[in-house]
Amino acid sequence: MEIERPNIVSPRELDIAEGQRIAQLKESSQQAIPDSDNWMEEELRRNVLLTTVDFVLDQARARSTFPLMFGLACCAFEMIGTAASRFDVTRWGMDIFRWSPRQADLMIVAGTLTWKMAPAVKRIYEQMPEPKWVIAMGVCAISGGTFRESYSVVPGINRIIPVDVYIPGCPPRPEGLIYGINLIQQKILKDSLKRKHD
Amino acid sequence: MTVRLNGEEAARKIASACPDSIVSADKDAVVVDSKSLHQVAEYLKTDAGFDFNYLANLTSVDYLDYFEVVYNLISLNHNHSLTIKTRCDDRNNPTVPSVIDLWRTADYQEREIYDLMGITFSGHPNMKRLFLWEGFEGHPLRRDYL
Repeated sequence: MEIERPNIVSPRELDIAEGQRIAQLKESSQQAIPDSDNWMEEELRRNVLLTTVDFVLDQARARSTFPLMFGLACCAFEMIGTAASRFDVTRWGMDIFRWSPRQADLMIVAGTLTWKMAPAVKRIYEQMPEPKWVIAMGVCAISGGTFRESYSVVPGINRIIPVDVYIPGCPPRPEGLIYGINLIQQKILKDSLKRKHD
Repeated sequence: MTVRLNGEEAARKIASACPDSIVSADKDAVVVDSKSLHQVAEYLKTDAGFDFNYLANLTSVDYLDYFEVVYNLISLNHNHSLTIKTRCDDRNNPTVPSVIDLWRTADYQEREIYDLMGITFSGHPNMKRLFLWEGFEGHPLRRDYL
């Protein structure tokens, strides 16, 4: 009986493939992905009627998002602090921080993103099912922060993935993160109008 | 408290065991010639009086004329520590012998130094970049990188 041998590549080839992937990602992300702002336009709201089912779905979606734990650096501690008992983020429905992207709909990127980690972030973002939202927490995720000029830091995660809410701070206080979560909830409530007309 | 051994006294003992290996010594560190680095390290590890079985740290410094590789050794049995340094003058292709066969922690630390400073360690079985990706040009922690 013939045994199918799996294609085993040497570690050197894996390294070269990873290096090429990072180099390609760096080349293709010279411009920031533009933010989708047209959810803030009031005209659309007044001209479109929403059915009751959609209204209920949006209210449910906004108040029970499953965040994806994506703490990369120091901002992760503030995120964990927000999830702890003093500033309880369960009050807004986000009590289970999911580890698998397939089960999450909100990705909170907290911390500095380096070029070596960037293909992983992109892959995880693509693994999340629609509808999905991204929060960039901390100045390093917004624009590279203090480390913007470095050889290894991505100048803002919006080069790699589209971002919905930016929370400035180094690190933002838990109250800041909670304000950002409130903004995301407002966006989710209004955002379905835009998605229906895409 | 771990006792810091005096570099000059340690240098005298090392010089009697491994001749022509010490370049200079002061009270903090012993500077060793890079060709005899492996022999000195082996002596420091195996000698009963020194017995340095723990390589705590392995870093490198870029003074513009030369590179310097710094080893911080600790003996867990005697509870004393010593610092030895090696210099490397070649700017384009600096090479220092690897101590991976004596202390296994040198594996990743030497890969890090190769990645960021460009110093190759001869005798290392897996000399490739650790933090930066394959295909990155240059060695960022050198003084003349930017």
